[in-house]
Amino acid sequence: MAAEQKMTYETWPASPEKQTLEAKNKFLGFWFFLGGETVLFASLFATYLALKDKVPSSDMALAKDLFEIPLAFIMTMLLLTSSLTSVYAMYHMKNFNFKKMQLWLGITVLLGLGFLGLEIYEFNHYVHEFHHSFTSSAFGSAFYTLVGFHGAHVAFGLLWITTLMIRNSKRGLSLYNAPKFYVASLYWHFIDVVWVFIFTVVYLMGMVG
Amino acid sequence: MSTLAQKKGFGAVLWDYLTTVDHKKIAILYLIAGGFFFLLGGLEAMFIRIQLAVPNNDFVSAGLYNEILTMHGTTMIFLAAMPLIFAFMNAVMPLQIGARDVAFPFLNSLGFWLFFFGGVFLNLSWFLGGAPDAGWTSYASLSLASEGHGIDFYALGLQISGAGTLIGGINFLVTIINMRAPGMTYMRMPMFTWATFVTSALILFAFPALTVGLFLLVFDRMFGSNFFDPAMGGNTIIWEHFFWIFGHPEVYILILPAFGIFSEIFAIFSRKRLFGYSSMVFATVLIGFLGFMVWAHHMFTTGMGPIANAIFAVATMAIAVPTGIKIFNWLFTMWGGSITFTTPMLWAIAFIPSFVAGGVTGVMLASAAQDYQYHDTYFVVAHFHYVIVGGVVFALFAGAHLYWPKMFGTMLNEFLGKITFVLFFIGFHLTFFIQHFLGLWGMPRRIFTFLPGQGLDTANMVSTVGAFFMAIAVIILLINIVITSVKNEKVGNDPWGDGRTLEWAIPSPPPFYNFKQLPLVRGLDAYWLEKMEGKKGMSPAEPLGDIHMPNNSFIPFVISLGLFIAAFGAMYRAEHSWGIPVLIFGMLITLGSMFVRSVKDDHGYHIHKEDLEDSNDKGVKA
Ligand code: HEM
Ligand SMILES: [Cu+2]
Repeated sequence: MAAEQKMTYETWPASPEKQTLEAKNKFLGFWFFLGGETVLFASLFATYLALKDKVPSSDMALAKDLFEIPLAFIMTMLLLTSSLTSVYAMYHMKNFNFKKMQLWLGITVLLGLGFLGLEIYEFNHYVHEFHHSFTSSAFGSAFYTLVGFHGAHVAFGLLWITTLMIRNSKRGLSLYNAPKFYVASLYWHFIDVVWVFIFTVVYLMGMVG
Repeated sequence: MSTLAQKKGFGAVLWDYLTTVDHKKIAILYLIAGGFFFLLGGLEAMFIRIQLAVPNNDFVSAGLYNEILTMHGTTMIFLAAMPLIFAFMNAVMPLQIGARDVAFPFLNSLGFWLFFFGGVFLNLSWFLGGAPDAGWTSYASLSLASEGHGIDFYALGLQISGAGTLIGGINFLVTIINMRAPGMTYMRMPMFTWATFVTSALILFAFPALTVGLFLLVFDRMFGSNFFDPAMGGNTIIWEHFFWIFGHPEVYILILPAFGIFSEIFAIFSRKRLFGYSSMVFATVLIGFLGFMVWAHHMFTTGMGPIANAIFAVATMAIAVPTGIKIFNWLFTMWGGSITFTTPMLWAIAFIPSFVAGGVTGVMLASAAQDYQYHDTYFVVAHFHYVIVGGVVFALFAGAHLYWPKMFGTMLNEFLGKITFVLFFIGFHLTFFIQHFLGLWGMPRRIFTFLPGQGLDTANMVSTVGAFFMAIAVIILLINIVITSVKNEKVGNDPWGDGRTLEWAIPSPPPFYNFKQLPLVRGLDAYWLEKMEGKKGMSPAEPLGDIHMPNNSFIPFVISLGLFIAAFGAMYRAEHSWGIPVLIFGMLITLGSMFVRSVKDDHGYHIHKEDLEDSNDKGVKA
């Protein structure tokens, strides 16, 4: 099946993300890429755990002083919901409903922006209220690197999804762009899963000391 | 579509290579760039050996020695051995599985240019205030104390070229899984393809650890973080762990493809099927798996404690088992075969005892208690040169002779090839065998000179003499390449006469679409099977039809160039006001060209059936 072909609801196949060889390659390659990303984040988690609460002087803030569950909980909810809305988007993609897919992707982007906004507020809060910064201690370096890498992934994901939405807004779905939307949503899920681990390892485990 | 062989001007050829996405041309790019860095690293090695030839030598200063030593190791591993291996993977693997190209031709080109710009960046340190000087392992306690920008060149250069390697690994994995010709099941794949497969998986899971380690190093040195600074709560051992979680799999990333090349050679020149094919596959996968469990054997003396040391010691020794399986399989492949002693075969035969010697010292080092004696002496230097030179470099020479006709359509001179072999083989053992004893006599590694009268004089001189033999051998190889290219006597599909796998069933060099019709694979050693049944080539698995091809692109070059520029900005950010603007400018180039790539549709083009029929006279058989 050629990727450029004009499709209709009737001709739209069951797995539009895997119809051409290019699409199959992209699909598999992206999974491998996520495998590499997993090692990357695992390394950052290991660094964080090794350096957690390692500060040069005893009057500096530790994890138990810094983190508050309500804020982290709201951020978690925002991101988890955005994962769900991206699932809706993919559902509509599979049903050849371009408009609804765009709508749900738009909601996903808004939720992601909300998450990023809260993260910026959070970092700012730690720096100004607790003097907990990237350079203040090994703990600070490890915290901002782990959570910041995740935040950078969120930002990149938002740019990516938005670019796809704008680029294809006038031309609808095809077998050429369906895999592009699909891997972008895979990426978004991956970011979400990483956040679940950050929530557990950094915030929940941080509360108990 | 004018890419078929016709005379082109130099500019056109250059542009063709700058924009190519053809795996065979990218292989040539890897071969040239990797070969260049190999000569550079070899020159550095000669400087090291000249400095150490006699006691109290002042050929180079202590500081310069550290830079040369660091750049020798870094260049040889990251910029010579890996790219040269990638050259053969690119040149041969897609042909071996009967594919028309790799899964991601664009990313293939991007991977090359990232490696290339990373390597150039690293080497520009020589002209811009001094090279890195903390050893190829760049332990944090040393590298944080190193002044100037040497270590920054190391960290940023390796970051860029490492990204290229990672992309290459993913590309090969997907290619092997998705692009095999009809009938090419996993257990019919040639050993070199299997090696490429497992190696790529190792790259995928090992390189991110290096990426993180380098990020932390860059952050500590340039952005004021405290990962490795104990005074601020940091821990310098974290670097060691990341480096070796990457570094040990890295040595298998180097040696598995070497094993693959030798497996092909033993079968071809013994005119016999590879003995124990399935156990070879099993051993390769097992080595790849175990390779991740042993990194801390490089850190026995760090103070991890007896339990950790014991576990890592046993795990390390376990790797000798699958490796031994392979050695015996190669021996049994030759057993009863009708052996021809071509140049590749000479390298392969010499590889067995050389590499086994390195494996034996490896198992000695793996015993943690003994390692307290050997660690950081010349014994370790001897060990890893026996495995890396006796294994990887021998394989690269063997592979160069074996695949030269497939890549360039003409054979390297066999006589000169054998002279290269003899000189290099003698030189190699002369240089490194004695280093075992230097180590046992107490000579530490990474020292710039030694005192007379400590019993080290003669052995060091012997070692240096050996190095000159190797240098001469390499020069003869270069002469061979020049002579061969000037003569340019064209050869047919199967110049060795005994080719077994698909790459030998198509012309040398293959047409840019590789296979006019995808071949039907009916078993292991697919081409050999057909030959044994008296057929001249493969039977096609599909009727003649249009072939879909990817478009050339200049974007990979630009993406990599952007990162190259940005790295300078990041590095000089603190002392020059232009630092930040240059950093932003470079990132804009990279992100901008990625953006162009993503919004511009690229459907490739089709070669039409009629054009393929016209080119029948060019001998293109399926
Ligand atoms: C049976 C297989 C092997 C065993 C048991 C083994 C074991 C070891 C051990 C224990 C060390 C650490 C020595 C020390 O620093 O005190 C070491 C170092 C090293 N090995 Fe191996 N090895 C094996 C095979 C290989 C192979 C196949 C390669 C590469 C192709 C390799 C490359 C290296 C390198 C580069 C180092 C030194 C790294 C450095 O400190 O700069 N080894 N090996
Ligand atoms: Cu090792």
